[in-house]
Amino acid sequence: MTRTRVDELRVRQLKAQQLLRGELEGEDLEQEIEKRLLFTRLEEAQNWARKNALFPLGFGLACCAIEMITVVGSPRNDLSRFGAEVIRFSPRQADMLILSGRVSIKMAPIIRRLYDQMLEPKWVISMGACASSAGMFNNYALVAGADKFLPVDIYVPGCPPRPEALIYGIMKLQDKIMGHPDMGWRERYGAYGTEEREVKYDPATGAVAPEPGSRRQTERLDAART
Amino acid sequence: MDATGLELIAQRVRDGVSADAVTGTHFLRGEATLEVAPAAVHDALAYLRDADDEPWPLLMSLHGCDYLPEEPRLGVHYQLLSVERTDRLNVKTRLGVEDPRLRSVVDLYPSAEYQEREVYDMFGVIFEGHPDLRRILMPEDYEGFPQRRDFPMGGEPVIFTFNEHKFPRWYD
Amino acid sequence: MTEGDPTGVPYREREASVTMGRLEEEPVSGTAAVTEGDVHDELFTINIGPHHPATHGVLRLLTTLEAEVVRDVKPIIGYVHTGIEKSCEDQEYWKVITFVERMDYLAYYFNAQAYCMAVERLLREEVPARAEYLRVIHLELNRIASHLFWIATAALDIGAITMLWWGCRDRDLVLDLFEMSGGQRIHTRYFQVGGVMEDIPPGFEAKTREFLKVMPQRLDQYLSLLDRNEIWLRRTKGTGIVPVERLLELGVTGPLLRAAGHPWDLRTAMPYSVYGDFDFNVPVGTVGDNYDRFRVRIDEMRESLRIVEQALDGLPEGPYITTNRKVALPPRHELATSMEALIHHFKLVTEGFRVPPGEAYAAIESPRGELGCFVVADGSAKPARVHVRDPSFVNLQALPDMARGGLIADFIASVAMLDPILGGVDR
Repeated sequence: MTRTRVDELRVRQLKAQQLLRGELEGEDLEQEIEKRLLFTRLEEAQNWARKNALFPLGFGLACCAIEMITVVGSPRNDLSRFGAEVIRFSPRQADMLILSGRVSIKMAPIIRRLYDQMLEPKWVISMGACASSAGMFNNYALVAGADKFLPVDIYVPGCPPRPEALIYGIMKLQDKIMGHPDMGWRERYGAYGTEEREVKYDPATGAVAPEPGSRRQTERLDAART
Repeated sequence: MDATGLELIAQRVRDGVSADAVTGTHFLRGEATLEVAPAAVHDALAYLRDADDEPWPLLMSLHGCDYLPEEPRLGVHYQLLSVERTDRLNVKTRLGVEDPRLRSVVDLYPSAEYQEREVYDMFGVIFEGHPDLRRILMPEDYEGFPQRRDFPMGGEPVIFTFNEHKFPRWYD
Repeated sequence: MTEGDPTGVPYREREASVTMGRLEEEPVSGTAAVTEGDVHDELFTINIGPHHPATHGVLRLLTTLEAEVVRDVKPIIGYVHTGIEKSCEDQEYWKVITFVERMDYLAYYFNAQAYCMAVERLLREEVPARAEYLRVIHLELNRIASHLFWIATAALDIGAITMLWWGCRDRDLVLDLFEMSGGQRIHTRYFQVGGVMEDIPPGFEAKTREFLKVMPQRLDQYLSLLDRNEIWLRRTKGTGIVPVERLLELGVTGPLLRAAGHPWDLRTAMPYSVYGDFDFNVPVGTVGDNYDRFRVRIDEMRESLRIVEQALDGLPEGPYITTNRKVALPPRHELATSMEALIHHFKLVTEGFRVPPGEAYAAIESPRGELGCFVVADGSAKPARVHVRDPSFVNLQALPDMARGGLIADFIASVAMLDPILGGVDR
C-alpha cells in the first residue's frame, strides 16, 4: 500500500467512527450517508439475491451428470463462486433443476413429478444434447427433449458440455433471473422463435427492422396468429 | 480350443444328451460356436456344466439376436467360460417368432436371471421356469418387443425445409 | 395387461418384495432362517427411488426393511434405457463407436475397445503395434479416471466428503491428457476400427510422465485419509460379504470377484491386445467385504500407473492406424496425388467399410468386470446386431445377496462399493 492509500483508508476509518458516534453534522453527514445508501427496486434486489444463491436439485441421469458433478465437485471448475454449490436432493428445497442426461420414457413422468414438487420460483437448465433434443439417440426409448413436458429456461448444448459451458449456461440463467435475458443472436436477426427473418440491422442503434413479406414462412406464421 | 476340439465337444453332447441336440458347429478365428436345437438347450447346458470331462461352469453372457431375413428368426446365445482352461464356448439356438419358448437356465446358472428378462423384454422369447419374467428395461405396460428387426426405430422425424410445414411447431 | 404374462402371476405381485408370510414360512434365500423370536410385526417396504443422490445414476431399489435390517432388495432398472443397441443397427460401423461409448459412460474407451476388437476379428484385421500401445495407455488412464470418480462418489456416500474434491481434482488431470490426444474430455471417439484416430501430440508423453510422478503420492494421501479412519473402517470392514461360489454363480467379475479372493483378470488370464508385454500384478482381496473392494480398486490404480509407464517406455514407432485403405481413411496429403486414395476416402465416408458375414464376441477387462461386445455382421456396411455384455448389469444381481440381513447403512455402503454405472446397466 502506498502512502496515499494508507492515508485515505485512515480518513475513511475516522469518518466512519464519527458517523457511528453521531458526531457528524450537515454536509459531512449527508455525504457519508450517500456513500452507504443504495436505491433500487424491490424486484431487482430480490432477483439479485435469487440469482446469487441458486440451489440446484441434485439430479443426474447419465454422462452429463459426470460433468455436472465435476462442475460442483472439482476444485478447478467450482460452482460455489456463483453461489450454487449447495445441492439439495429434496425438490422442496431446491430451485434449479439441471437435467443432465438422456430422458427415457420410463423416467419422464418421474421428472415431471419432481418438477411439480419444486416451489416457485424455479428454473430448468437442460444440459447436454440428449436433454435438449433427443441428442444422437433418435429412437423409441427417449423423449425427444425435456421441453416436451417441462418448460426449459436454458439449453446447454454439448455431448457432454464442458464444465465451463455449463457454468456459462448458469451465468446466462443468472442474467435471465435478473430480468435482462441475453437474447444473443435473436436480437441481431430479429428471430421469431428459432426462425430467422430477413431484417435490416442497424449497427449504430442496434435496432432491427423486419422487411415486410421477406420470407414466406414468417408470413404464414403471422397469418396464423391473427 | 480349435475346430477339432469343437467337433469332439459336439460329438460328446450328441452322445450325452440326444442325437439331434446339436444342429451345427462354427469356428471363426478362435471362437467356437455350438448350435443346439431349442428343445435341448437346457439339457445340453446341464451336460456341459456338470457331466462333461471339460466342464463349463460359468455363464458369462446370455443375449438374443434377430436374424430377420433368415428363418428361424430369433437366436439366443449363451456364452460359457471355463476359468480352469481359460476358454470360451458359445452355445446358440434359433427359434421361430410364432412360438418363442425356451426352457430357462436360471436353475443352472443364476446369472441368467436378469439377462433372460432382458431377452424377453427386447425380443419376446418366453423362458419357461423363470422365477420372475417381466420387463426389465422398458416400462412395464409397454407393448411390443423393441429390438426385433421389424419394430420401427421410433423417434422424431428430422425437420428439413421440405417437410417443415407438416409438423406443428411449438409456437403454433 | 401386457400381451405376455407368461407366469400367470399378476405384475404387481411379482414386483413386490418379501412379505411377512413368506419370511415366516420359508426364509428368503441367502438369509439364515428366521426364528419366532426374530420376527417382529412390521415389515416396511420403502422405495429408494430413481431420484436419489445422483452419483450412481437412476437406480430404483425396492427395499423391505424390518427396523434397520434389510430383509430384501429388488432393484428395478430401465430408467436410462436409451435403445443404443437398436440405434447401432442403423449406423455404419465407425459411427457405432460413438453410440457404444456412451453405454458405460465412465469407461468409454473400454466400450470402444471391446467393439473395435469384435469388428477387427470379423474383418480379420491386424492392428499395428503403435496403435495397440496407444490404446493400452488410454485404457489404463481411463481405468484410473474411472476408479478416481468411483472413490470420489463412494466416499461421498459413506460420508467422507473430502474425497469428492480430491478425486475430481485428480480426475481433471487425466481428462486434460485425454483432451490433448482426443480433443474432448469425455467420449472422445479416439479408438477407431483398426487403430486410433490420431497420433498423440508432442507434449503428451511429458505431461503423462508428470502425472505418473504425482499420482502415487496422491494415492498415499487418499489412503492416509481413509485407511486409518475409524469410521471408514467400521463401515466397510465386514459388511456386504458374499461367498465366492455365489459370486461365480451370479456371473460377477471384476474387482468384486477379486476382492473375494478369486484372481480372475482377463488382462492376465486371457490376454488381449498387448497386455502380454507388460509386467503388473493383480490385486486380490481375502474376505470379500466392502473394505477389500476399496483396497483392490486403489491398488489397481497403482498397477495401472505401472502399466502406463511401461507402455510409454516401450512405445514403438509406426502407423497409428491400419494401413488397409479399405478400412481406415487415407492420410489427407495422399488425396491430392492418388486416385485410389480419393476413391477409398469417398467410399469410406459415404458408405463405410463392409464387413463379411459372421458373429464375434470380444471380452475385455473394464474397471467393473468383463465387458463383452457381440457383433453380428451381415455383409453390409451396417452391423446387424450389436450387444454389449455390461459388467454392471450382471454385477447388480449380487446386490440382494450383499444387502440381506445387514443394516441399511451397510446396504448404502455396498451399493457404493458395487460401483454400478446405470448407463451400462440400462444401455
